[in-house]
Amino acid sequence: MSRASVVPVSVEFGQSERFRYVLRLADTSLILGQRLGEWVGHAPALEEDLGVANISLDLIGQARMLLSYAGEIEAAGRDEDQLAYLRDQNDFCNLALVEQPNGDFGCTIVRQVLIDAWQLELLSWFDASTDRRLREIAAKAVKETRYHLRYSSGWLVRLGDGTEESHTRVQASLNDLWKFTTELFTPDEIDTLAENAGVAPNLNELRGSWLHRIDEILNEATLTRPDDVPYVWFGKCGEHTEHLGHILSDMQYLQRTYPGVTW
Amino acid sequence: MSDERQHWPLFEVFIRARAGLEHKHVGSLHAVDAKMALEHARDVYTRRMEGVSLWVVRSADITASDPDDADAFFEPAKDKIYRHPTFYEIPDEVKNI
Amino acid sequence: MYTQGLDALGDESLHLPEEQLAELEARFQAKIDADEKIEPKDWMPAAYRMTLIRQISQHAHSEIVGMLPEGNWISRAPSLKRKCVLIAKVQDEGGHGAYLYSAAETLGISREQMVEQLLTGKAKYSSIFNYPTPSWADIGAIGWLVDGAAIMNQIPLCRCSYGPYARAMVRICKEESFHQRQGFEIMMRLCEGSTDQQRMAQEALDRWWWPSLMMFGPDDANSKHTGQSMRWKIKRFTNDELRQKFVDVTVPQAEFLGLNLPDDALVWNEETQHYHFGPIDWDEFQRVLAGHGPCNQERIRARIEAHESGAWVREAALANAAKQSKNL
Repeated sequence: MSRASVVPVSVEFGQSERFRYVLRLADTSLILGQRLGEWVGHAPALEEDLGVANISLDLIGQARMLLSYAGEIEAAGRDEDQLAYLRDQNDFCNLALVEQPNGDFGCTIVRQVLIDAWQLELLSWFDASTDRRLREIAAKAVKETRYHLRYSSGWLVRLGDGTEESHTRVQASLNDLWKFTTELFTPDEIDTLAENAGVAPNLNELRGSWLHRIDEILNEATLTRPDDVPYVWFGKCGEHTEHLGHILSDMQYLQRTYPGVTW
Repeated sequence: MSDERQHWPLFEVFIRARAGLEHKHVGSLHAVDAKMALEHARDVYTRRMEGVSLWVVRSADITASDPDDADAFFEPAKDKIYRHPTFYEIPDEVKNI
Repeated sequence: MYTQGLDALGDESLHLPEEQLAELEARFQAKIDADEKIEPKDWMPAAYRMTLIRQISQHAHSEIVGMLPEGNWISRAPSLKRKCVLIAKVQDEGGHGAYLYSAAETLGISREQMVEQLLTGKAKYSSIFNYPTPSWADIGAIGWLVDGAAIMNQIPLCRCSYGPYARAMVRICKEESFHQRQGFEIMMRLCEGSTDQQRMAQEALDRWWWPSLMMFGPDDANSKHTGQSMRWKIKRFTNDELRQKFVDVTVPQAEFLGLNLPDDALVWNEETQHYHFGPIDWDEFQRVLAGHGPCNQERIRARIEAHESGAWVREAALANAAKQSKNL
């Protein structure tokens, strides 16, 4: 599916575009929350089980608010659960980065730092958004994200500047995951329309502040920032890796098997 | 089984529930340093908005009074708060202890 | 069934002459009888210490292992609200484990020693968590029955004689209230739902009822620790007393749901004002306790895997902390 056919032909940031934009934020939080939930009961220490569960809970909470908002924008009667449980993967708009497997704890932490820093920049910016609901949701979520970044960056530093083994492992994870970060700052038409409407920030500027924050953390963690790669994933346009299908078939199983009932 | 020679030290946690109240001891947890201990305390002991302020102190840094000052059955006053085996430092050369 | 790790402790009674020991024990028992709390640095009989270490650590292990059967459904929870509630519940259970390990450590055993005892099979955890959760209804049944049974056990412990344990129990009981309610709510929704959902609920109850009754432990005649534990106020009610109370409270709840309890002998006794229930299969209880339940190996393997695969993480954190303190 090409990117062009996903985006409707329009110069306005209308209802359909706003719906899709909000869905991207919602799905990214939802899928990342889903991934983190896999760690509960399996983390390296009991205290980390609680720390990771806390972030998972926050993210799913954000997803619920954003999905509800998206459903209102669409005005087709879909609530948060119908959107989460009854869409197929080509209608999911999460960033490709968040559907990547957890890997070891270090890999999860690398992924978390990259997203937390991105969320922090984005949510802070939403204070100036022309979209009132996004301003409200972001005002609450940004406090949570500050704590998430404190937690994840703290761990990245410990692992990056820990033992030789931990350093090797997280550097390898960083090298593997870096290619998914290009998508965060590569605007497509929806991003551009959202920016022009004052709803969303300029992604190039966002990238600047994100990179500054990331470099600070990587430096403290004695890690090397990998080079950018030319290929860009477009999970936000419904172009996913093979992982999302499995995540959804797990997540959506009960609602798909017993349609139309209340849980 | 992992045989890390060192373990995450024990920290005591104190929470001030509201402005105007004192910090109360609520329990302990393990962390490698005070920064981590603070995060752990937040995640373990304040999931329900139980506090406005957290203190974490290494258990080994707490000096406790002896409950039976008058009695001569035990070691004198400045004892550790717990009867914790890892408070006792045994040199590496000593085996099987 | 005393746990190890006490070898590292000097038994405070070892070097004392008999009369002094007798006086200490008398003073200790007097405190207990007066409902005073025993705190970590107080003198206590070695057996009291050992019993508490066993009981508290077993309780802590149960919370940690208990995260696994419920964690099994986090990714598949059928609504986002249920998913959040389940994550919060499992998180609470981890937290309860943390409070309890913390209480046990005040008695002279370390977290590492307790974890090793669990992973090597030297320490036990509640037999109930050796059962599988093949359906979503099991999550409802666990909240309703297993947490219900746990609450029945835990409320009296809020008044137990050992300070840190009592305070941990107060904390736990405050948090526990939503656990049972969310389980019962899940069951209500299923019982009001489709034929498939109702069948799911009944099937889960069929599997969880008897193991929940077994959670209260062996019957009083076969419970050797009870007498001493009650004298020391580590235990406030007997196993049979709590089990009976649980049955009396739960049967009407099952009736409300429209579910059948898998016990043909269950009948209300007007004279005793209690529900008479059928015989418990103590052979099954012993089998599960001995490691031959459906999920024993799986549960321990999962905990071993988490512990071992996380070793490099814990070591790295220590290495980093050491570097930081050198730089100060």
